[in-house]
Amino acid sequence: MSSNSNLPSMRRLVEQLRLEASVERIKVSQAAAELQQYCLLNATKDALLVGVPTGSNPFREPRSCSLL
Amino acid sequence: MGEMEQMKKEADGLKTQIEAARKAVADTTMSAASAAVAPAPRVQLKTRRTLKGHLAKIYAMHWATDSRLMVSASQDGKLLIWDSHSGNKINAVPLKSSWVMTCSYAPSGNLVASGGLDNMCTVYNLKTPVVKTVKELDAHTGYLACCRFLSDSEILTASGDTTCALWDIESGKQKTVFLNHVGDCMCLSLSPDMNTFISGACDSLAKLWDVRDGTCKQTFQGHTSDVNAISFFHNGNTVITGSDDCTCKMFDLRADQEVISYQDAQLNAGVTSLALSVSGRLMFAGYDDFNCNIWDTLKGEKVGVLSGHDNRVSCTGVPPDGMCVCTGSWDSFLKIWN
Repeated sequence: MSSNSNLPSMRRLVEQLRLEASVERIKVSQAAAELQQYCLLNATKDALLVGVPTGSNPFREPRSCSLL
Repeated sequence: MGEMEQMKKEADGLKTQIEAARKAVADTTMSAASAAVAPAPRVQLKTRRTLKGHLAKIYAMHWATDSRLMVSASQDGKLLIWDSHSGNKINAVPLKSSWVMTCSYAPSGNLVASGGLDNMCTVYNLKTPVVKTVKELDAHTGYLACCRFLSDSEILTASGDTTCALWDIESGKQKTVFLNHVGDCMCLSLSPDMNTFISGACDSLAKLWDVRDGTCKQTFQGHTSDVNAISFFHNGNTVITGSDDCTCKMFDLRADQEVISYQDAQLNAGVTSLALSVSGRLMFAGYDDFNCNIWDTLKGEKVGVLSGHDNRVSCTGVPPDGMCVCTGSWDSFLKIWN
């Protein structure tokens, strides 16, 4: 982070750092647990993770023959 | 002691305080905490569509909220609107300036926007009989790297002039300017609740902003080069970034720090773009080496690769329904995979 030689921008930097220092932080273990829970809860809806049955894949032509 | 000296001392003290506070909550890492989670399956996706139509490098793409239409931008001077299911082009929007770097689809589906080296963000109406320019948003003094609609009346931009801005489209004016980065802003991502957004810049930082009051709430360090890509996790608490330093990183907003880094000793190419699957478990990252690598976001392991482009993968996107992933490349093609 560059510190400017002029006073106003130094004051702004200090203001910003005061703001960022006052953030309330949670433990990484808690954040990790909640993130894992989110991913696992939504896994079944994730087509790229669990796959899409051919019939309901809008990007795939069904392999059945059509009756002419 | 002069005021300048005092301020410098306070600034240094605060930086030390922030580092100590972050360390105090770093009781584990994401990958250590995820050791017991079952590994994600090896992901093998096939190309389902190759969308041909652009005549030059593709720089950006964005899905519409219907998960079917998408917009792509190329330096051939066009925006193309595609129906991804049929592979057909629905619309072609000629651009005044061909040096386009970004495009965006409004949530309503009524508007699209683009911008680039012209320093402007141009908004187009797709619903008039002929596509019309609604507004040229002109106030940035640097290139337009990224834009995202909040609604049909507001749009956020990230610019090479180191600022981001929230615009009122009807008046064409900036409502709020977000000042704090010291390098070109390269990317932005809106939080799911739209109250905050995160930006990545060439100063190697990611910053979290309050959309309404313009304040920078948090700053995330860790990258050692330009942050080119950024995305909010759908839970709104986590963010993933991609950088020219060849890594992607996950930052947790509530822990206020980096919690995992996605890197590989053999990966020597910068990250250009990234997209998350709907559960967030998979991350698709596009690289300069023509590939798109698939990462298990919890464990930090590579679980697949999308190879098929003949040039840099410049953009990636997963639609809201999560049914596929789209990659766009300097080879002028877009590919849809699932």
